[in-house]
Amino acid sequence: MGQKLKLVKNAAGRQVPIMVNGIKTVPYKGVGKYSPKGVKAAPPIRSCNDYPASGNKIVRSLKEALQKCNIKDGMTISNHHHFRNGDLVMNQVFDTASKMGVKNLRWFPSASFPCHEPMIQHLENGVIHHIEGSMNGPLGNYASEGKMKGLAVLRSHGGRWQAIQDGEVHIDIAIIAAPTADSFGNCTGDQGPSACGLLGFGLADALYADHVIVVTDNLVDFPCIPWQIQGNNVDHVVMLDKIGEPDKIVSGTTQITKSPDRLYIAELTAKFVKAAGIIKEGFSFQAGAGGTALAFAIYLREFMRTANIKARFIRAGSTKYLVEMLEEGFTDYILDGQTFDLEGVRSMRENSGHINTSPFTSYNWHGKGNFASMLDLVVLGATEVDINFNANVVTHSDGKMLHGIGGWQNCLFSKCTILPIPSFRNRIPIIVDEVTTLVGPDELIDVIVTERGIAINPKRTDLIKSTKRSGLPIRKIEEIKEEVDSLVGAPLDKPEFTDEVVGVVKWVDGTIIDSIFKIKNE
Amino acid sequence: MPKKNYCSGHPDRKSDFYIEFTPAESGSICIEIQSNSKVLHGSKLNQASIKALSDLGIKHGKLSVRDNGGQYFVLLARIEDAVKSAIPNIIAEVLPDFKKHAQYKSKFDRFRRSRLYLPGNQAKLMLNAGIHKPDAIILDLEDSVAPNEKTSARFIVRNALRHLDFFGAERMVRINQGKLGLKDLETVIPHNVHLILVPKVEEASQLEEVDNKIQSICEKFNRKDPVFLMPILESATGILNSVEIAKASKNNVSIAIGLEDYTADIGVERTNKGRESIFARSQTINAARSAGIQAIDTVFSDVSNEESLRESVREAKELGFEGKGCIHPRQIKPIHEEFAPSKAEINKATKIVLAFDKATRKGLGVVAIGSKMIDPPVVKRAQKTMEIAVITGLIPNNWKQK
Repeated sequence: MGQKLKLVKNAAGRQVPIMVNGIKTVPYKGVGKYSPKGVKAAPPIRSCNDYPASGNKIVRSLKEALQKCNIKDGMTISNHHHFRNGDLVMNQVFDTASKMGVKNLRWFPSASFPCHEPMIQHLENGVIHHIEGSMNGPLGNYASEGKMKGLAVLRSHGGRWQAIQDGEVHIDIAIIAAPTADSFGNCTGDQGPSACGLLGFGLADALYADHVIVVTDNLVDFPCIPWQIQGNNVDHVVMLDKIGEPDKIVSGTTQITKSPDRLYIAELTAKFVKAAGIIKEGFSFQAGAGGTALAFAIYLREFMRTANIKARFIRAGSTKYLVEMLEEGFTDYILDGQTFDLEGVRSMRENSGHINTSPFTSYNWHGKGNFASMLDLVVLGATEVDINFNANVVTHSDGKMLHGIGGWQNCLFSKCTILPIPSFRNRIPIIVDEVTTLVGPDELIDVIVTERGIAINPKRTDLIKSTKRSGLPIRKIEEIKEEVDSLVGAPLDKPEFTDEVVGVVKWVDGTIIDSIFKIKNE
Repeated sequence: MPKKNYCSGHPDRKSDFYIEFTPAESGSICIEIQSNSKVLHGSKLNQASIKALSDLGIKHGKLSVRDNGGQYFVLLARIEDAVKSAIPNIIAEVLPDFKKHAQYKSKFDRFRRSRLYLPGNQAKLMLNAGIHKPDAIILDLEDSVAPNEKTSARFIVRNALRHLDFFGAERMVRINQGKLGLKDLETVIPHNVHLILVPKVEEASQLEEVDNKIQSICEKFNRKDPVFLMPILESATGILNSVEIAKASKNNVSIAIGLEDYTADIGVERTNKGRESIFARSQTINAARSAGIQAIDTVFSDVSNEESLRESVREAKELGFEGKGCIHPRQIKPIHEEFAPSKAEINKATKIVLAFDKATRKGLGVVAIGSKMIDPPVVKRAQKTMEIAVITGLIPNNWKQK
C-alpha cells in the first residue's frame, strides 16, 4: 500500500515525508550540511560465560537457531548480499520463520535479487512487513506498485552502515551466510564451494546485531583462517547442505561489452581522463563491473602501459581485468568491496595486495573519513541525468523502481565522478529536464560521457580548462539532449503519480533526498 | 472484401515494430497498441499511427501495433508497408520530417576508405553508425535483406535517410538487381542519397539503365546534385567487362569488387591469401584507374579477426585499392589506420607538396626537389597522402605552418 503522508520540501526542492515506517526522519539539507550528534548505537552486553567454553556453537537447524535468538513478531532480520542472485539461505530463513508463525518482520538485506522473488509470498501473507534495502527485479516491481505494507527505504552501502550506527535500524537477528566457517563462528568468503570472496557487507550486522547466526556449507576445524568475521561476535552456527549456487554468486568471467557504441563511450572516457591529467603516477580509481566500466579499465590500462604509469590503488568490485592489472604491476593494491568473478576470488585468496574492505572503510558517513573521497576518479552508471547534472539510479523515466543504490552515492565523493552512459536506450532519452528521482546531487557529478559527446558540469571549470584543447567532442549537455530528443521523438509523456509514497531514497548522511510515488493505474 | 490481416515486421524482433492492418469498407479506424513503454510513449504512438493512416488516405480498418522498442521512423515505414500490401495502388508516402542534418552533400573524389554495410531492415544498427566515423554508410537493400522484407526495408531506408544524422559519412544505398533495383531507386533517390551501389554488374548497359532511371527521377523531383555510382563486379564476365563498366557513366566514382560471388562464379574456394582472385583484383584496379576513378576492395567479413583484417587492408593498399568494405563498426578504425600513410611516405609527400607550393608561389611551371623533377601525378598523389595523414590524425591540420 502506498501511504498518504505529510510531506515537506527538502533542500533539493523534493517532497519528502517526515515520518517513515513510524520513525521521525530528517529531510535532506544539502551535501555535507547534516551532522547528527550523540552516541552511536551498540549491541547488548554479552558474556563469554553464556557461551560454550569449548567454542562449539553449532545448532542443528535454522529453526533451532532462530528459536534460540527468541525470534518474535516485528523483529528485524538482516543479511549481506555477497551471494547475489545465487543465495539459497534467506528464502529458507523466512520460510522457517513463516512455519514458526512469526509475523511482521522487517527484512534488512544489504541488497535483494531476483532469486528472492519467493519473498513476495511472505510479504503477502504478513510474515514480512516490509523490506529496507536495495531491491533488484521482481521485488522492486512489487514495491513500486505500492503493494508493500511499509515504505521501501533505499540506502547506499555506506548509508546502511550509518543507519545501523545511528540506531535508526536496530538489527535483532543477523544472518551471515559464510562460504567457510568453524564451529566458533569465525568465517570467511574466500574459500569453499560457495566462495564469494569477502563478507564485508555483513560486518556491521555482525558487530551491531543482538544475535548473529552464521550459516555455512563448509565447516572447517577451528580456526577458520582467515576470519573475515570474528566468531566472538557470533551466537550460533548452522550447517546446511548447500548455501549458494556458485555460478550465480560470481560469474565464471565477467564480460566486457561487445556493443560498438558502448566500447566507443568507454574509449572516450579513457581519453577524457587522460586529457584531464587524472592519470598520473600513484593515482587511484574505481570502476564497476558493468560492461562499459570494464572496457574503460582496459583502455585505461593501455594508456598506463604507454605512459609507464602505475596506480597506488584501485577500489573495486574486482574482476579478472582488475586482477590482471594487479598481477601485471599496474597497481600496488586492489581495495575490494565485492568480488564479481572467480578470478577475483582467487586473487583475494592468494595475493597479499588484494585487500578485503567493507562499507565502513570505504563509504561510511559516520567513520572518521572514508576511502571514497580519496579516490582520484570514479566511473559509474545512471538511469537518468538531468541538464543540471543531477542523476538517478533507482527509477526509470517511467517511474518504476528497479535498481538499488549500492555504493553509487558514496562514490560520488571522489575527486572526479564520471558517468559514461548511452544517450538513449531504445526510445528513452537518458538526459532529461528533471530526474524522475533525485539520487545524486548535481554538485557531485562532474562529467557525462555519451556516444554523442562529453558534457562537463559547468561547476568544474578546472576540468573544462584542462580538456579545452584535447580535441575531444566536449559539448553542452543541453545540446546533446536536443540531438537525442530529436532522434527518439521526445518530449515524451510523463508518468502520472498519485500522492501516495511507496519508498524513500536516503542520502548518505541518513536524510531523505527524495520520495518514490505510486504510479497511477492506467 | 474478405477480412484479412496484412502485416509488416516480425512479432518478436527487438527494436522494431510488428504491424497488422485489416482493411475495411466502412466504419471507423481502430488502432490497438501493445507496448511496454505506454507510460512514456502511449499518446505519441497513437498520434503517429493516426497520422500515418491519414497520410495514406485510409479512413476505415483496424491497425494493431506491437511495439518492441523501435524508432518512430520505423513505425511509419512498417505501417506504410502493411497498408500498401493490403492496398497496393496507394501512391502516397508516409514521410518523416527531412532533418537538416540529413541534407549535407558529398563530392566526387572524397575518400572512401571504409564503407559500413547495414541491413536496410535493421534500423537499430543505423542509429549510431555515423558516430564511428566510417567514410561511408551503406543502407543495404540487397543481400542482407530477406525477400519478404524487401518492401519494408525500402521504406525504412528512405525514412532513415530523412531522419538520421550520419555525421558526415557519405550516404550510400545498395539497391537490388534488375527491376527490383529500379523500384528501389524510385523510393530512395529523392532523399539525398549520395551514391548508389549497383550489385552484380556484368555489362555497361546495366549501369546505363540505372543511370537513366536516376536521371529521370532527379528531373521529376528537381534534384540538381549528382547521384554517384559504384558498380560492384562479382563475376568473371563483370571483371572482363570492367573497362567499359568503369567508363559507362560520368557518375561512376569508383568500382568495387565482390569476391564472395566472384570466387563462386569461377569455381574456386575463397581463401585468406586470395591468390585465386589476384587477376580480378588487378583488373579492377586497372579498369578504375584507366577511367580515373577509385578501385574499392571487397568486404572483410570475419569481424572478430582484427589482425587478418589489417593484413587484408595492407595488401589491398599495396595492390592499389583505396577502400575496403566492412560490416561492423569495430572494423573502421583498423581500416583507416592501415590505409594511412607510413612515416616515410608522409616525409616524402611533405617535401613534394611544399616544393609544389613554392613553385606555385614563384609562378614556376616545373616542380623540383634538388635536381629531380616531379611530375604532376606524383604531386597529386603526395597531396592525397597528406590529406589522409591529416584525417587519420597523424599530422595536424596546419602542418604546412610547422
